[in-house]
Amino acid sequence: MSIIGLALVLAAAGLLLGLTFIRRKTVPIFRPIPAFTRLKRALGISVEAGTRLHISLGRGGLQTPEAAPGLAGLAMLRYLAEQTSASDEPPVVSSGAADLSILSRDTLQAGYKAAGAEDFYNPATGRLTGLTPFSFAAGAIPIMQDENVSANIFIGHFGPEIALLTDTAERTNSPAVAAAVDPTAQAVIYASVDDPLVGEELFAAGAYSNAGNTHQASLQVQDILRWAIILVLLGGSALKLLGII
Amino acid sequence: MRIVAAFVAIVTGLIVLLGYFVPAGSLLELRLQLVQWAAILAATAVLVGVVSLLGVHWQKISTRQKNSAYSILLIISLVTTFLLGLLGTNNPLISLVLDGIIVPAEATLMALLAVTLIYASVRLLRRRADSMSILFLGIAVVILLMSAPLPIGMFPGADVVKWFINEFFAVAGARGILIGVALGALTTGLRVLFGVDRPYGGK
Repeated sequence: MSIIGLALVLAAAGLLLGLTFIRRKTVPIFRPIPAFTRLKRALGISVEAGTRLHISLGRGGLQTPEAAPGLAGLAMLRYLAEQTSASDEPPVVSSGAADLSILSRDTLQAGYKAAGAEDFYNPATGRLTGLTPFSFAAGAIPIMQDENVSANIFIGHFGPEIALLTDTAERTNSPAVAAAVDPTAQAVIYASVDDPLVGEELFAAGAYSNAGNTHQASLQVQDILRWAIILVLLGGSALKLLGII
Repeated sequence: MRIVAAFVAIVTGLIVLLGYFVPAGSLLELRLQLVQWAAILAATAVLVGVVSLLGVHWQKISTRQKNSAYSILLIISLVTTFLLGLLGTNNPLISLVLDGIIVPAEATLMALLAVTLIYASVRLLRRRADSMSILFLGIAVVILLMSAPLPIGMFPGADVVKWFINEFFAVAGARGILIGVALGALTTGLRVLFGVDRPYGGK
């Protein structure tokens, strides 16, 4: 099994590098995802109205198997920090894992620096709100209620506690864009958010926010590998049906 | 400094990844050692996070922001729990805090979650009245009816219907989603490993 895993990782790495550096004749076109359109609109409103964005990265610490959604959230945060650095109110980030919280500060600072507005960076905008699922949610709710938040972005590892956050977003009339990898949280998001991001759409955030060629290549690699897995599954089923395996 | 940070992160990531696929010899030992160091760093990060949390709430109190009374409560609770924790995890006082305050408070939020979810489900059709929403709600109602202890007892064939929905549609859908998520996680990890995404060192 580890050989198959290693082969998959190497194939993905090769494809990612190849598709990143290959000279493209056409720009890849991705299907429109309403949540990202809403996000860009919310971003514009936030800067113009002098309100702030609340970005919640969930509670997937880097040492846990749920680290990847947190890293995808950080990539998104990098873009959002740069875009909103001109706003009167800086975005505020909540997380439920200490390492993620420290990285969120670093990412915010990098975004401000890239936008030439490092002086406006405030370390207090990257916060650890709690270390258990509900304490994390309970700590994030006051941010949404009291800190002039006009839109919320929940992107990372969440459990069912995300319902408390989406409910608060609705009560405070601030739109929410939400994505999670946990199936329970996805069901909750589907029921409580206007434009939910389902499954791997969470990892598309970078490509949809023009974060660079590698992010676009990542999506293409995912598509290629997905088709490969579909073919393997169908082939395996057919062979099993025929009694060959 | 940035280059050094990226170099350390990439080399560490590669060692841990290779150590996972070749779990033998010095590579395995090195991987375990690095993971152990990461655990120590993560514990230190918790301390940093708690100090930062204290700083944020202290600022809220000192600038008399809205609802700063909650911040006072938070600081008092945090300091008290910390001091009690110093007495040892087996101390009856810390057990009292855990069993008498933290566990019931989290259970209350869990109960609140149930109400919140029902409310969200009721509003779903107003928010997005399409065929998928109707299917989503329909399945949820069917599963609820098949699972709930009703005055008339269980519906005839409830177990079979529940099993069929769970084992075929729910499991198949969840696996499909999880395969997509795994592929997304793989490419995200590779981007970090290649140093393209660097959520550290200020890039």
